[in-house]
Amino acid sequence: MSQNILELKNINKSFGAAKVLKDVSFELQPAEVHALVGGNGAGKSTLMKIMTGVYTKDSGEIIINGEHKEIHNTNDAKANGIAMIFQEMSLVPTLSIMENIFLGNELKKGAFRDVAAMKKRTREVLEELGLDLNPDTRVSELSVGLTQMVEIAKAVSKDVQILIFDEPSAALSDQETARLFEIIRQLKDKGVSMVYISHRMNEILEICDRVSILRDGQNVITEETANLTMEKIVAYMLGDANSGHQFEWIPRDYDKKGSDVLEVKNLKINEKLDDISFSLKKGEILGFAGLMGSGRTEIMETLFGIRRPEKGEILVGGQKVHSKSPAEAVKNGFGLVPENRRREGLVLIHSVRENAILPVSTRYTKNKIFNDDRRINQVVTDNIQDLGVKTSDMNQEIGLLSGGNQQKIVIAKWLNSDPRILMFDEPTAGVDIGAKGEIIKIIRKYADEGGSVLFASSEIAEMLAICDRIITLFDGKITGEFRREDISTEEELQNAIQRK
Amino acid sequence: MQSKESKKKIQLSKYMVYIVFVIVFIFFAIILNKKGFVNPTNLLNILRQTAMVSIMAVAGVFVLGAGQIDLTVGSNAAMSAMIASLILQETGSIILAIIACLAFGIGIGCINGLLVTRLRLPAFLATLGMMQAVRGLAMWITNTAAVPISNNTFNQIFGTGFIGPISVLILWTIVFYILGYIVFNKTTFGKHSLATGGNETAARYSGIRVDRIKMYVFMLSGALSAFAGILYAGRMQSGRYSFGDGDEMSVIAAVVLGGASMAGGTGSMIGALVGSILMGMISNALILAGLTSAQQKIVNGLIIIAAVALSNLAQRRKKN
Ligand SMILES: Nc1ncnc2c1ncn2[C@@H]1O[C@H](COP(=O)(O)OP(=O)(O)OP(=O)(O)O)[C@@H](O)[C@H]1O
Ligand SMILES: [Mg+2]
Repeated sequence: MSQNILELKNINKSFGAAKVLKDVSFELQPAEVHALVGGNGAGKSTLMKIMTGVYTKDSGEIIINGEHKEIHNTNDAKANGIAMIFQEMSLVPTLSIMENIFLGNELKKGAFRDVAAMKKRTREVLEELGLDLNPDTRVSELSVGLTQMVEIAKAVSKDVQILIFDEPSAALSDQETARLFEIIRQLKDKGVSMVYISHRMNEILEICDRVSILRDGQNVITEETANLTMEKIVAYMLGDANSGHQFEWIPRDYDKKGSDVLEVKNLKINEKLDDISFSLKKGEILGFAGLMGSGRTEIMETLFGIRRPEKGEILVGGQKVHSKSPAEAVKNGFGLVPENRRREGLVLIHSVRENAILPVSTRYTKNKIFNDDRRINQVVTDNIQDLGVKTSDMNQEIGLLSGGNQQKIVIAKWLNSDPRILMFDEPTAGVDIGAKGEIIKIIRKYADEGGSVLFASSEIAEMLAICDRIITLFDGKITGEFRREDISTEEELQNAIQRK
Repeated sequence: MQSKESKKKIQLSKYMVYIVFVIVFIFFAIILNKKGFVNPTNLLNILRQTAMVSIMAVAGVFVLGAGQIDLTVGSNAAMSAMIASLILQETGSIILAIIACLAFGIGIGCINGLLVTRLRLPAFLATLGMMQAVRGLAMWITNTAAVPISNNTFNQIFGTGFIGPISVLILWTIVFYILGYIVFNKTTFGKHSLATGGNETAARYSGIRVDRIKMYVFMLSGALSAFAGILYAGRMQSGRYSFGDGDEMSVIAAVVLGGASMAGGTGSMIGALVGSILMGMISNALILAGLTSAQQKIVNGLIIIAAVALSNLAQRRKKN
């Protein structure tokens, strides 16, 4: 066996009395892609943040290239050639792509920034990654997926030995993920070692050489990918063997002849997104399948009053509605689990409880004035139970929860609101496989009880597991419509969304 | 399941203002013992003198919590005192005076709110401009002359009166803090203000009318600063354009001392009260200690910095 480039030995870490990592050991070989998997809150991000100096370990050893090292801060990590692409994006939205890439180590000519050189280098890096972007574009103007790619560009622009990806594909389209994998293979050829954290098993099986599985802060196994299957990984993660069938399609029943709850007619949102028409029945789950940028998010945002349509009609229960703000959309019966939980979904500095009841707080009042704390506590306790949210208690600051657990609260808050039409935009981004199954069940139950659902996800398997009907979008146009029973394989749908 | 230890840390940051308060109090009590700092009369005096800032800080908790800032409070109070004194002089009607003051204050709040929500001005600049304009108005209306108030009932109710040993100003403070506490902690308006300040986009996506919330907090701030103006008028038995000079800073300092963040999304009503009293206590002690007003200003400024730095430190400890 070749010498390890990095060894973590018996790492412990607690936040307060919550022991998040218990004697975790982890080894990374030169030029290997090492998967780190585990349920939400298992401690994956925390372990990696210890490697990169964001957190400091309570005890344990870090050995890099055979030498004991202490990593106290991110600069120590940088000095050792370790870089991380964070789950919570770490770019400054008001700065340009170039400024972000060179933030903290700007190229200089004498006392001044050498803009020309930085721009040139930025172009090179972007080109290497196959990104057609202007270095001067502000990051705030980029889509989530592109922001993620810029984050990767930032990391690889430096001289790295060890690169850590924390759920890089959560916001990427399949195309972008494929490109990411190319980049990973390139880096591997150059001798870079990588840690790859993801909740998507097929990606892990495809790209990773070895897999380490964390459960409740302990490393349960490290194994060659070749010796593992998806079922085995899931079983190790969840600690039981009977958990294979998360993504099975269960045909559902609803009134296919009933009247439409939602009707969208010839909606024009902008130049690209035009002539969108579809309808949705009571109790139906309608999926929007498409590549990133195909317009799924925009359609949902328009229904939710965030964007104004230029033309067209939206009818809810036969009545025309014009939602000029999310507040009006909520009144008109809509709910939206948005794509970007940190920006649009949560007030990070507030508690789990406040976040979970935000859209419905006016509903839980006494005499229409005072908050009814008893009922609110009950609702939130149920949410935590039902969705299996891992949190010390409901008053925990939500920003301190692991990514997947934050996402569960975003879903909980809209389930609490119980709208007629609930829209999900990438609801399982960053959610572990056990919870994904739970979320699928919850959405089904919601529809079974008479709710109507619009659902968009980049994970084809998930779409097929949950939707009754699927509309494909390409570049802002509707290109097809399928009943679920007419689609027999993932490839069929995969091909359908690539076609004009 | 949360650890006792981590709970304690969080508590510490929350109660920092109280700890600072106690330390500062004991410190002054010892060194100013001979000058009568702990004298009950002096202590009540402190409460009486801080009443106006305290009451404006009630609204300040909402304003900062919603991620806004209101610099007009001091000049609003001055203009309101002018309106009260002029109306009392002309008509003698207390009711009319109060209604006019509150209407004026709410009107200014409304303008502030519209500037922020419609024209999308940053609150700091919008209210900075309005602050100057309103102060100018207060000077212009009588050409800087003070207007005496001879209506004794008014003066008694809103300034000079006592019930037992307790000044009416203290009673007004108590009333406003009880109301403020209830609205802030027990109603959705309080929570929605904090959500707006904590993450405006997420609040909007949750169906909250964030623009309306901002309008309301500015109007509330306008109303309470106008009421503070009435109290200035009652206490000084006159209207003067210079009332409330610098109060906007005292209010912000008090609210931040009380645990609010300038970035929005946090705040505490009781904290703001303690913060206001802390500031009043410091000014009082400096006067007793015989410092000149120039020296007072210097020390006051430094103490604000020290106190805010302390509570920030406690907050940062919590994060790690
Ligand atoms: N700064 C912090 N303060 C307190 N608790 C924390 C902090 N950071 C993480 N935790 C807790 O530590 C646990 C592990 O979190 P971590 O982010 O490492 O999980 P994860 O394995 O990355 O999960 P996910 O797949 O959901 O991203 C969680 O229960 C989380 O709430
Ligand atoms: Mg994580």
